[in-house]
Amino acid sequence: MRYSFIKRRLILFFVLLTAVSVNARAAAGPSGDDNVPPPRQTDYEIQTPTYLSDYFTESKKGCIGTESDGFIRRWLLLEPISKPNRSNTVFTDSYINHVLDSVYFKGQFTDIPQNGKKVKVGKHKLTWHALDSRLFNVKLYRFAAALKKPVYGVIFIAVTVIDCPEDIKDVRMSVGSNSASKWWLNDEETVILSGDRRMVADDCVSKRLTLRKGRNIIWGAVINGPGMSDFCVRFLDENGKPVNNFTTCFE
Amino acid sequence: MIMKIRNIISGTAVSLALASSISAYSQSGEPYIHDPSTIMECDGKYYTFGTGGGGLISEDGWNWYPGAVRPGGGAAPDAIKIGDRYLIAYSATGGGLGGGHAGKVLTMWNKTLDPSSPDFGFTEPIEVAHSLDDEDCDAIDAGLLLDPTTGRLWLSYGTYFGFIRLVELDPATGARVEGNEPVYIAIDCEATDLMYRDGWYYLLGTHGTCCDGPNSTYNIVVGRSRNVTGPYLDNIGRDMLQGGGKMLLSAGNHKTGPGHFGRYIEDDGVEKMSFHYEADFDRGGRSVLAVLPLLWENGWPIAGEPVKEGVYEIESQRHGYALELAVDFVRIPYKRFRFWEKTEGPVEPLKSQTLDDVIDTWPEGETKVRLGDYMFRPHQRWSVQPVPEYGGYLDAPYYKIVIDGTNRALTATAEAEVAAVPEFTGAPEQLWRIEQLTDGTYRIMPKSVPGHEGEDLVLVSVADSTPSLGKFDMSSDNSKWRFRDR
Repeated sequence: MRYSFIKRRLILFFVLLTAVSVNARAAAGPSGDDNVPPPRQTDYEIQTPTYLSDYFTESKKGCIGTESDGFIRRWLLLEPISKPNRSNTVFTDSYINHVLDSVYFKGQFTDIPQNGKKVKVGKHKLTWHALDSRLFNVKLYRFAAALKKPVYGVIFIAVTVIDCPEDIKDVRMSVGSNSASKWWLNDEETVILSGDRRMVADDCVSKRLTLRKGRNIIWGAVINGPGMSDFCVRFLDENGKPVNNFTTCFE
Repeated sequence: MIMKIRNIISGTAVSLALASSISAYSQSGEPYIHDPSTIMECDGKYYTFGTGGGGLISEDGWNWYPGAVRPGGGAAPDAIKIGDRYLIAYSATGGGLGGGHAGKVLTMWNKTLDPSSPDFGFTEPIEVAHSLDDEDCDAIDAGLLLDPTTGRLWLSYGTYFGFIRLVELDPATGARVEGNEPVYIAIDCEATDLMYRDGWYYLLGTHGTCCDGPNSTYNIVVGRSRNVTGPYLDNIGRDMLQGGGKMLLSAGNHKTGPGHFGRYIEDDGVEKMSFHYEADFDRGGRSVLAVLPLLWENGWPIAGEPVKEGVYEIESQRHGYALELAVDFVRIPYKRFRFWEKTEGPVEPLKSQTLDDVIDTWPEGETKVRLGDYMFRPHQRWSVQPVPEYGGYLDAPYYKIVIDGTNRALTATAEAEVAAVPEFTGAPEQLWRIEQLTDGTYRIMPKSVPGHEGEDLVLVSVADSTPSLGKFDMSSDNSKWRFRDR
């Protein structure tokens, strides 16, 4: 774990050195890059506009318990980072590792986001939103659509803080995502879902982990070309049963 | 030199056999189609419709050619026979991951699917379901089920964009039942279809990447429910509303991207699944129609396989005896040992009996066949070879069945018995329709029996040691066979 942590910090350092050029491409807005599909919500009036309240409620400060299915519903979601891809078939392991390990803004992977706080990605300022999903899965497409942000060709960043009353050993982080994604727990890389993915509950799980007593931080990055985008995350015990004796907190 | 030529011929034969074996997994002719509807039989011909209008017709189920007529264009139709009419459901729009996802499903009737029939003529299409732009649904990919327990007609539709919905149609009109509201039954599927069996409703769908030729990871998955409205759970109890689904079929045999499942019940215990492969490597990566046996195991459908070309023991399911030429049993000489004594010196393997060892003992001319203890002797080793030049049936071409290394061919006789003739001639009584049954065993049926045309006789075990021809009975092991390579 320590090696992984140091290694990641080194990677972050070098990635930061090259972030300007990476971010220049990644953050080029709809009008600045012919390859960027326009946000569907602004090119014409659609028949069924998305309302955030249909899919999320705004998180209230404090902690919430975890339902019996174990799916984590409280997340800090960053408005989508532009990353044009006309197909999801390009999401190879190498691509995902390169693109989702990249640092797009100051504090990524290091600072716990604050609701409403903005970060600068290239020329764009993107806002963090503290939300509780009404569903077991977090509908990223709807999150972006409701905010009238680009829904295709994007990277979503998700963060949550879970609090455990005691060490919970030998659990696995379980993830399903649409499309590809990568996940970390307490600075340790846990799960990668490469390829053209649709969201399937318990699609991929991590190796056995320990949720430590107190605060644990999850970072996730989901990339999507065209089509729907969402994810679901929970922890499973040794018997494959959902773990729910922890809370998810928003400070 | 002779040896060299023999090797070349042998090598060529192996290559041809391999090619033949591989091509036996998709239909012959010009079976080019995408999103095929469930295969319908109409007046002795088979029909399927695809995306973009039109479709394919087959006289025998194996050779398919363009010619079916379906107006309306659009995408991914399905078909069902209700009473003496055919109901076609199709999508007026075409979806696409980055598209608007506003879609319509329409239905229309026809008394016949034969465009040359005077009764041919589609009714005016009517809209039965739709999705609005950017809804959590994309109203394409229709799948129809007439519930055999209630007579109610159901339509599933949707794509990866949101939910799969289920609505009820009126089986008399094909219109939406008034006041019916959609039920959400799955997410992240495409190409859904429904079927019913033994108290379970099954929801078929596809996962994976569509429409990417040899790189399409499209695959067919299934969940089941006690109620048509769900919840549809997979084999680990995961709801298809959470992305669940048990794999039914993925890529293989030089083909990728199976999708758009359709069930065809041919007979009691004889079921087929129709679908497309996104890419048939042997046809340059084109999308083709394919049909495989549909099997059932522990309440779950699984994809069967036509018999691959090879040399087999043909084992009766009745007692386990093997089909064999009725010839003298030729003993293999061997050195006797006392059971309790250790062997001195190196162990010398015994050689299998060869055709050359015994063929001179066999009578010439037509030979009786029988069932006996399998001893992997030449008179029990049958070479099963597809002969597509003689046509076929829904999931395979006809086969010839000859004693390996000879041309002694299994044949049906005018007495409705079986025998082996010295030469394979391609006569209908020497052409065998081998179909995998829903329990994984096979039925073996001659194309026709002299003097018994139209009787649909199959190879049966009328006694432990006696094969014959008789009526197929799925409930009896007398009608069932296994092909064993051992």
